[in-house]
Amino acid sequence: MLSIKNLHAGVEEKEILKGLNLEVKAGEVHAIMGPNGAGKSSLASVLSGRQNYEVTEGSISLDGKDLLDMSPEDRAREGVFLAFQYPIEIPGVSNINFLKTAMNEIRKYKGLEAMTAKEFLALSKEKQKLVEFDAKLVNRSLNEGFSGGEKKRNEIFQLAMLEPKLSILDETDSGLDIDALRIVSRGVNKLRSKDNAFIIITHYQRLLDYIVPDFVHVLSDGKIVKTGGKELALELEERGYDWIKEETVS
Amino acid sequence: MTNQIETPLYERFAAKFEIASLQSGNEHLRALRQEAFDIFRSTGFPSVKNEEWRFTNTLPYLKEAYDLEVVTSELSKEAFDQTAKLIAAHLDEVQHSIKGEQKGAYRLVTVNGRINNDLSVLPDAKDLKILSFLDAEHEPAFEQHFGAIATVKDNAFTALNTALYTDGLYLEAPKNKALDRPLHIVNVILADSAVFLQPRHLIVVAAGASLEIIETVITDKTTNPVFVNGVTEIAVAENAHFHHYDIQTGREGIRLVHRTEATQAAGSNYSNYTFTLPGADFVRNNLSLHLNAAGLESHLYGLYLTAGSQLVDNHTEVHHKFPHGESNQLYKGVLLDKSKAVFNGKIYVYQDAQKTNAFQQSNNILFSEKATVNAKPQLEIFADDVKCSHGTTIGQINKEALFYLQSRGISAQSAKKMMVNAFAFDVTEKVKIPALRTYLEQLIAAEMSKHEEA
Repeated sequence: MLSIKNLHAGVEEKEILKGLNLEVKAGEVHAIMGPNGAGKSSLASVLSGRQNYEVTEGSISLDGKDLLDMSPEDRAREGVFLAFQYPIEIPGVSNINFLKTAMNEIRKYKGLEAMTAKEFLALSKEKQKLVEFDAKLVNRSLNEGFSGGEKKRNEIFQLAMLEPKLSILDETDSGLDIDALRIVSRGVNKLRSKDNAFIIITHYQRLLDYIVPDFVHVLSDGKIVKTGGKELALELEERGYDWIKEETVS
Repeated sequence: MTNQIETPLYERFAAKFEIASLQSGNEHLRALRQEAFDIFRSTGFPSVKNEEWRFTNTLPYLKEAYDLEVVTSELSKEAFDQTAKLIAAHLDEVQHSIKGEQKGAYRLVTVNGRINNDLSVLPDAKDLKILSFLDAEHEPAFEQHFGAIATVKDNAFTALNTALYTDGLYLEAPKNKALDRPLHIVNVILADSAVFLQPRHLIVVAAGASLEIIETVITDKTTNPVFVNGVTEIAVAENAHFHHYDIQTGREGIRLVHRTEATQAAGSNYSNYTFTLPGADFVRNNLSLHLNAAGLESHLYGLYLTAGSQLVDNHTEVHHKFPHGESNQLYKGVLLDKSKAVFNGKIYVYQDAQKTNAFQQSNNILFSEKATVNAKPQLEIFADDVKCSHGTTIGQINKEALFYLQSRGISAQSAKKMMVNAFAFDVTEKVKIPALRTYLEQLIAAEMSKHEEA
């Protein structure tokens, strides 16, 4: 599904990703872990098309289509979804209208009819239930005054509504208490299928207790330096990241 | 004559006044005109050296060879037909955008400042008196208020209007009357050549009466320069309510300077909603409120969406003269292209005006690196037990928010529209007439669509 080859990217002359390779197939969950400053969030930004990142070398394709040539909205319409580490509050834009606009623009791109208000409402109710998202929040301004946990749950609710091929969860666990973490993970687990894939970016192993990955990659200094199964996450939790750095140096 | 910029226009107005003053009949009005013209003669059109006009240079807009005698009492058949067509199209457009939400409004049509009864749908005269100035001269409330509200001192444009207006529109909401529907005033501007218009309104809302007025503009399809120097005087009596909506659209070639000045009595509420959209070359609004009694409230809401090389300047003044007054001001601006906006809000709290609440907020978003805003709050407080606040912000569109919306599949263009509507929402939500609110939101969205590159 996703193929990243020799990706070099950075911000204002400073190279952050230095030759990253990653293959993600449909149905897989990949965890990307690594120390602070390794480039985890930069990878999420580059994938979703954040403006200030510049790709200097390499390629990213999604089902054979070159993502790097696309605007952020077209990437989303092709099926890329980024769950933000810090979801943005937008006062005056209602959560539900925002989602409706998003869904219909995606449908239009795919040559589908816009949903009727009734269809949309029914779908929204179903997905709210699925990911345990409070109905009261749906009609509020987008993320305005939401708690940290509510914001993250809203990200998962949007994910459920938009049904992307590839979801990138950028530090979704940060700032969540254990209950919120459980709810968010339950939501994600329900949304996993053989047709979609997840990249879970996290600093801690904790989230991976709930969302069990197929692969764990360690990102260090802009490259993936080690790949393993879910047990690698446990080892990292226990031993930290330094041993890997030493291993790669030697 | 100090600092007068030697415009041919100034000389031509001087010559016109010499003739006009010979013709005027009413002694009181003649004196009023003379006093006003003396002020205009001594100051001339304001230059940027005048603090009140520091950011707004009117000179480029005064260079045309405007026709000063354009007002005719009767429209030619062609002009009438043209106007009727323009109005029908305008009403269609309004109806289309509000999808028939509004059950209707009374309609008062003015053409270049003159009432046109044939194109109007007016309420019963016992519910609202509507007269031209020529017919209103002997109305007691007209005699009491005309020329007594608008400040001519230090206001050259208002002085010029007072000296040389030819006719105007007099509205009087009788005591304790409330119209069942809003009154829609359609101001039609027709210009066969470059013209200088000086429309004038006097609106009296008697004790206990309430009135809702929506003003819109229709222009012809030419680009002939039109300078509109308008004055609206408003008297809101005890316990009267007046919601006054002014929707300023226009076309290339239109230049507008308008002074709206109101006096308020105890227990009254005057709310002004000024929406300025792209179109006119230049708009300067002076909104000045005199809170002449204790215990009353005033609301001033403004939204300007500017584009092209447009210049939109809003100056407000609120005079709190007595205790327990409340004024609320919220002006928001969205600037596209090379446009320029000015906001200057003055609040005066006089020594006797204890327990005053006066708030002012002005927020602006620059959508383009070439757009400019000059915003200046000015508070002068002479009482010691008051609550006053002001705040001004000038920012750019939040790029992270824009990216957030895009990352969900929403095009940059739709995302910007959503964000502009959200930004404007604080002001549009204040509009009390739902259909009008819808119309305004549609106008904003349509303008944003026209500026794809914004």
